[in-house]
Amino acid sequence: MSEKEYSPLGQLILARLREFYRQPEVVFWVYGFPILMVVALGIAFRNKPVEHIGVGVQQGEYAQGAKNALSANQKFQVRLCDPKECRQLLRTGKVDLVVIAAAGPRYDYFYDPTRPESALARTVVDDALQRAAGRKDAAVAGDIELTESGARYIDFLVPGLLGMGLMGGGLWGVGFVIVDMRIRKLLKRFIATPMKKHQFLAGIMLSRFIFMVPEIVILLLFARIAFGVRVQGSLFAVMIFVFLGAFTFSGVGLLVASRAKTLETVSGLMNVVMLPMWILSGIFFSSERFPAAVQPLINMLPLTPLISALRAVILEGHSLVQLWPQVVVLAVWGVVTFALSLRWFRWM
Amino acid sequence: MPVAIRCSNLVKRYEGKTPVDAVRGLDLAVEEGECFGLLGPNGAGKTTTIEIIEGLLAPTSGDVEVLAMKWGRQDGEIRQRIGISLQETKLSEKLSVLETLTLFRSFYRQGLTPNEAMRRVSLEEKAAAWVGKLSGGQKQRLAVACALVGDPDLLFLDEPTTGLDPQARRQLWDIIRNFGKQGRTVMLTTHYMDEAERLCDRVAIVDHGRVITLGSPAELIASLGGEHIIDFSLTNGGGEGIPALLPEVLADLPGVQSVRSDDGQISLAVAEVHVTLPALLKRLKDKKRELASLTTRHASLEDVFVTLTGRHLRDGDAQAS
Repeated sequence: MSEKEYSPLGQLILARLREFYRQPEVVFWVYGFPILMVVALGIAFRNKPVEHIGVGVQQGEYAQGAKNALSANQKFQVRLCDPKECRQLLRTGKVDLVVIAAAGPRYDYFYDPTRPESALARTVVDDALQRAAGRKDAAVAGDIELTESGARYIDFLVPGLLGMGLMGGGLWGVGFVIVDMRIRKLLKRFIATPMKKHQFLAGIMLSRFIFMVPEIVILLLFARIAFGVRVQGSLFAVMIFVFLGAFTFSGVGLLVASRAKTLETVSGLMNVVMLPMWILSGIFFSSERFPAAVQPLINMLPLTPLISALRAVILEGHSLVQLWPQVVVLAVWGVVTFALSLRWFRWM
Repeated sequence: MPVAIRCSNLVKRYEGKTPVDAVRGLDLAVEEGECFGLLGPNGAGKTTTIEIIEGLLAPTSGDVEVLAMKWGRQDGEIRQRIGISLQETKLSEKLSVLETLTLFRSFYRQGLTPNEAMRRVSLEEKAAAWVGKLSGGQKQRLAVACALVGDPDLLFLDEPTTGLDPQARRQLWDIIRNFGKQGRTVMLTTHYMDEAERLCDRVAIVDHGRVITLGSPAELIASLGGEHIIDFSLTNGGGEGIPALLPEVLADLPGVQSVRSDDGQISLAVAEVHVTLPALLKRLKDKKRELASLTTRHASLEDVFVTLTGRHLRDGDAQAS
């Protein structure tokens, strides 16, 4: 064998890749889990066909008339019930609204106005009963349905899951791995050789980039095939944000791992870092739902700009130039965390 | 002889609520081509000392020179020329033996091929086996191969055979001897006296962070004054009668160099067993004492340690904390 066959960076990357692919359970968590999330959440929040509205009509002299008027429309599921039973059905959500019909005709609606389904039922049922009683519409109303892709929950979710995967990958794939190597005294063994420290860190990071590519491609392809989620903007811009995100979270992972000496410490630190971002950074719902006062803080967390940029590229086709603020926030996080961790890093 | 390692007045204090002085003024000079052993109980400061020399720990004070170079100035150059096996390293379980050695080889400018390193430690048949599947002895041989793969001039081994079965220990001793035959220097730590006696050209016995004696195993044993030891115990264990007087009672026997008594067992260091033994038996008969046991053996480094410290090497475990 000739001397030039031994590239330390190449060997460090190869070693990491081999260790990764030889642990099937780790491969599953990295590649399979995001797909399970897409499937589960995609099914749970799929766009449902117009739902039936459950209506209870309280038994009484005029009940049958109201029931007949409503049954003419198929979207109402109407049942007669005595007062006690009606209350029970309403309370358990089996019906959205109870109608009490009286002479006149007069209709009293019994419902919980804070439940969106009930509030909707109040309007629609009243409309149907008013028409049955002879009301004429003053204007003609027509419906145009929006079915454009990019507006569904699954479209919103996929960029969020990409961001979540990049965060978890950086923290586990860099932070946890390094602490594990420190505990096994492997870091100490490595620095007992002439190995260059920056090559070791570069090897960890580049191997992380390599396993991340299939993760992203599998998720995007699966979302496209199973749910028709399309990337509206350029794939190049998506890849730039993916790499920037991977870089930033590798830095965060490195910082978390820089001194920890036990797996308990590093797991705790990782949860402290990740938990606020899981909740605040808009993976599952828009971060704008939080009060305006905390928005500047939320926008400073590294996951928020990553997800908002991925959404802007994937859903709205924004270009890199339009997203420069996100690029800046991510780059600053990446550079600062790397610089701090290089300063604090303990090899033993 | 050129010197491979020189330390002078090495001190290492671990700061904390109760500062611990692991090394307290240690001087050493290891010559090129010798196998040098640091022998001592656990907690004596052997690992701290070897790790300072390996450049993995900074001393609190004192000077270290390795291959005529200094840590902090020529680190890269020193690292190219030394090989290290740490006390506990868990190499990646999912990499094969060959992959592990290739990784370590890549860190060095020059060295053995990974196949040659495997051959030196007789692991060729395990080339494709994952590290996680190796036995304890095989893992330790791989650790030594990782230290050899850079073809070092100076090899450091910290407790290389701790926890191994006798056959695995002998295999490692052969590997270390073969390395020494090429005129290279070895420094090892051990708390096994037999390991130090069989492998080392010179031994420094370390206790409480200091070198308490230094020399070849033969010289150290000769310093006891007798190369043989007679161990015996008495039926009443010396519990009644005059145990305190016994050393004096025995010291004037012909050929006795020293007497020590430890937990009911009395050990005499003697020059010639056949001279002392009959006299001893006669003396015991005169004093109306009855033997419970009696053995004779060659003196060992253990006896040197016990004579110098009053403790056994293995007792160190209790004091290590």
